[in-house]
Amino acid sequence: MNFVDDNVELREVQKLEGHTDRVWGLAWNPATGSAGIPAVLASCSGDKTVRIWQQNPSNGPFQCTAVLEETHTRTVRSCAWSPSGKLLATASFDATTAIWEHSGGDFDCVSTLEGHENEVKSVSWNASGSLLATCGRDKSVWIWEVLPGNEFECVSVLQGHAQDVKMVQWHPTVDVLFSCSYDNTVKVWAEDGDSDDWHCVQTLSESNNGHSSTVWALSFNATGDKMVTSSDDLTIKIWGADIIRMQSGEGNTPWEKEVTVASLKPFCFSRRHLCTLAGYHDRTIFSVHWSREGVIASGAADDAVRLFVESEESKVICIPPFSGSVLALVAEDDDLRW
Amino acid sequence: MTLGLINANPVVHAKKERIARTDDLHCDDNVDPLDIYDILLFAIVVAFDLGVGCIHFVRDIRDPEHPYSLEQLSVLSEESITVDEKLGRILITFTPTIQHCSMATVIGLCLRVKLKDCFPPHFKVDIKVAPGSHADEESVNKQLNDKERVAAALENPNLRQLVDECLYSNEL
Repeated sequence: MNFVDDNVELREVQKLEGHTDRVWGLAWNPATGSAGIPAVLASCSGDKTVRIWQQNPSNGPFQCTAVLEETHTRTVRSCAWSPSGKLLATASFDATTAIWEHSGGDFDCVSTLEGHENEVKSVSWNASGSLLATCGRDKSVWIWEVLPGNEFECVSVLQGHAQDVKMVQWHPTVDVLFSCSYDNTVKVWAEDGDSDDWHCVQTLSESNNGHSSTVWALSFNATGDKMVTSSDDLTIKIWGADIIRMQSGEGNTPWEKEVTVASLKPFCFSRRHLCTLAGYHDRTIFSVHWSREGVIASGAADDAVRLFVESEESKVICIPPFSGSVLALVAEDDDLRW
Repeated sequence: MTLGLINANPVVHAKKERIARTDDLHCDDNVDPLDIYDILLFAIVVAFDLGVGCIHFVRDIRDPEHPYSLEQLSVLSEESITVDEKLGRILITFTPTIQHCSMATVIGLCLRVKLKDCFPPHFKVDIKVAPGSHADEESVNKQLNDKERVAAALENPNLRQLVDECLYSNEL
């Protein structure tokens, strides 16, 4: 689809009602929505519940098929499906993260992750589903290992942000974790090949073309070589990979040496600012998400949703309206997901 | 009722004669700053420590017969409220009584709660301390305008109780 030339539009397909308080987040189940499997969406709310919606039949309306309740005691802020689609993690202001598994039509809470001192704001699964990350107002980022039998073990508590951490996202292909914060920075965390210690390998701050206020969201393109961030500073920033290549072989230069993929990891995914999109929203941009087809959607407190694609000529991005993939939007200027 | 008190810093003003408005401004799309002011006028009640010049929680009142409104303490005035009807924006600026007022964020939260359902849904409300009026101005403003922080704070039972006491102690 040529987003630039075709006259395409964003059209509301359905309004899902049921939650009794503000809806804070949503997530598409990755194992659904294609090959004849009806799409499944999870939404989480200030009413302390999570609702599961299923498109039934495959091109029909969405219906609520389950309500996950009586577990969280405060707002459920964010939810994320495991890559297999079998587990759902929900992060809550009650300082816990719950893991739900569905059997038949029902969802059971199979584990509760405790440890954060206060509100948990975001949860993210890595590409293989072997690791989970959470973050919160206690300024920390926690990494959990997924063990057999729905057991979860904390493998690292990452300190470094100076303030409330708003979101965590794993890179789509490599086990490198990104976090963004009320301290206006984005941090990149990787595991040291030798010691299995996680540490911060890069901080994107105002001094390296980063944001000047709270960074609310970050998202990767399908291949992970680009990243987009959105902020209270009213801008959206695009970041590219700053891959340092190290070559093997007999060179005379002392710094050339053979490296394994594992030790290359911490250096591989440094980010470099590519461009800043300013002037498209005039209030806090709470959410930004990059679709598999390469369209960036942003949602802001000015009640606007904007769509961006990269034009061929240059790095400057243009904005068409469009239709096609299904975009789920949450009311009250918050979350959006392709 | 507060005449004759010594150490007026800031000065405590007599209450103006105003009629308390009902909370619902939904009926018309015209949002008049003076209407907002009337809502806030009697809404928030605090105690005032004359010695320090600082606002205290109502529960700390030494003299329960003398609760103060924010207008009396010049924390709010008619000029505190600006409305841009075209954009649907409302800005409330309030002036803490001293530079290091520890109640600044609580007052801001009270304002948010009081105004929560007062406007047509497309109106956006920003709450800030008056420029130069507080030592932690940037930090207070950032917290008061971070909707996630505000929502979480209001779920905190201790904080919620304080806010409710400030909001509903008019009967004192």
